[in-house]
Amino acid sequence: MSLLFRSRQQGAQQVKISGFRRFVMFWVHNAQQAVASLGELARYPLASLMTMAVLGLSLTLPATLYVVVKNTETIGADWQHASEITLFLRKDLSQQEVSTFHKRLSLSNDVESVRWIDKNEALQEFREASGFGDALNALENNPLPDVLLVLPVANKRGTAQAQALAQQLSNEREVEQVRLDLDWLQRLEALLNLVRDGLLALATLLCVAVVLIVGNTIRLNINSKRDEIMVMKLVGATDGFIQRPFLYTGVWYGFVGGFIAWLATAMVIWWISGAVADISELYQSQFRLSGLNFNEMMVLWLVAIGLGLLGSYIAVRKHVRTIEPQ
Amino acid sequence: MIKFEQVSKTYPGGFQALNNVSFHLEPGEMAFLTGHSGAGKSTLLKLISMMERPTAGRVLINGHDLKRINVRQIPYVRRDIGMIFQDHRLLMDKTVLDNVALPLLIEGYSMQEARKRVQAALEKVGLGDKLRHYPMMLSGGEQQRVGIARAVVNKPPLLLADEPTGNLDPKLSSEIIKLFEDFNRVGVSVLIATHDLGLIARLRYRTLTLRDGRMINDGLQEEG
Ligand SMILES: Nc1ncnc2c1ncn2[C@@H]1O[C@H](COP(=O)(O)OP(=O)(O)OP(=O)(O)O)[C@@H](O)[C@H]1O
Ligand SMILES: [Mg+2]
Repeated sequence: MSLLFRSRQQGAQQVKISGFRRFVMFWVHNAQQAVASLGELARYPLASLMTMAVLGLSLTLPATLYVVVKNTETIGADWQHASEITLFLRKDLSQQEVSTFHKRLSLSNDVESVRWIDKNEALQEFREASGFGDALNALENNPLPDVLLVLPVANKRGTAQAQALAQQLSNEREVEQVRLDLDWLQRLEALLNLVRDGLLALATLLCVAVVLIVGNTIRLNINSKRDEIMVMKLVGATDGFIQRPFLYTGVWYGFVGGFIAWLATAMVIWWISGAVADISELYQSQFRLSGLNFNEMMVLWLVAIGLGLLGSYIAVRKHVRTIEPQ
Repeated sequence: MIKFEQVSKTYPGGFQALNNVSFHLEPGEMAFLTGHSGAGKSTLLKLISMMERPTAGRVLINGHDLKRINVRQIPYVRRDIGMIFQDHRLLMDKTVLDNVALPLLIEGYSMQEARKRVQAALEKVGLGDKLRHYPMMLSGGEQQRVGIARAVVNKPPLLLADEPTGNLDPKLSSEIIKLFEDFNRVGVSVLIATHDLGLIARLRYRTLTLRDGRMINDGLQEEG
């Protein structure tokens, strides 16, 4: 309806169309505009491609770091049994006493399993393996203690809890010495936390940078179309109508930029996976670096599109309004 | 249709372009607005199309005070006004069809729906066969007529023209004015700013005259 002329009908209302068709047309219009703004991009292929590349490559760094953190976490989980507590028992205990202690520990709520390394079996094994058989035979007493390997229940395997449990076990009468080798696990955890925090900060900074870059490119687009925008305003275009193609441009930047981020991330992962394979060979591990899975790729893509849209939204909100026809 | 009540306009620099201007243009009326260069003709038209706001006084269109119109409503006011410029303001990288269809697409028409009306508007200005041309491929007079087709394609009740015959020869000028007369005949109100006094003298329409921002003749005195 016209604002000033009551009798004057306007726009699509004049052409009688059903609600359903209007709904369909809404999407058809949007699709047409999306394609049209893709055509606009093709008019400045180099500039567009550069913005897309900046967007994609900026997201590659956090995406790669994310993959590294994710993989390191799986290693950490695999090696959780490193928080196994080794108990060296007093040598004057009888077989019976050790067995009782073993059973008692196994029933504890904090303990998942206890493995008993019998001192006689251990000696036997050592004798065979080491080749010191004769020398050992000369010994009167078995120099080895009985050993219990205690694996805490899953939620007690963290460094702090494992340490508390070790402390508690060292107070047991039967225990001579406790060993818990957590140093490297603690370091790994600290390192992971550092990388995780750094990743968050870095990702935030890069996202802001991407928004600014997209915003700046869109601002240049808007300025290069100053005259066209003025004419559109003169014939009654709303800011929303004028903004839409620029928003689509931002979406396309993100769309293609996300694609570039996938490719670049996959390439970087492929590049470092060779080195990772070498290392895990040294540790006789079957570990292989796993890249982004489907869901993570979709998230990366949506983030890219979201940033493109946000950048262009900020630019159009700021600049389309300031262009007034003269 | 258009009513000015003691309207003054002072530009940010402090220059007073309009000084206490009052007049009333009736619905369906066609009138010329004249005056020396810098008299304030364009300023007056800009107040109607809301490209500028008055510093004092009221501007009314069809009884609606434009002071009540907020920034977000301005586009809708402009859809009721067909505007024609001396430099025609066409989009040079768009075809004639796209240029003339613009006001319709803005109102939510699809290109298929708009096409028929664009064709009709171009027929009316005698350019029915130039749909696929770019403005660059047209003469000055033809470009001006494309601008007119764009201004009338959504059948606005009011036409404003700022120097529509500015750089056209007399023959082309009277052709353009004939077009305005055609639209006026079907009830469209028309206000044309020009300093082409010969043109005004040939045609006996109401003529409003500005001098240094004052309305020295609202064209009703001699008759009235
Ligand atoms: N945006 C502006 N800022 C400051 N002064 C302005 C602005 N626009 C116009 N003026 C001044 O206002 C006066 C009237 O300008 P206007 O364009 O209305 O004159 P005009 O009658 O249309 O002249 P012409 O016949 O040359 O087009 C001029 O002296 C001009 O310098
Ligand atoms: Mg002027």
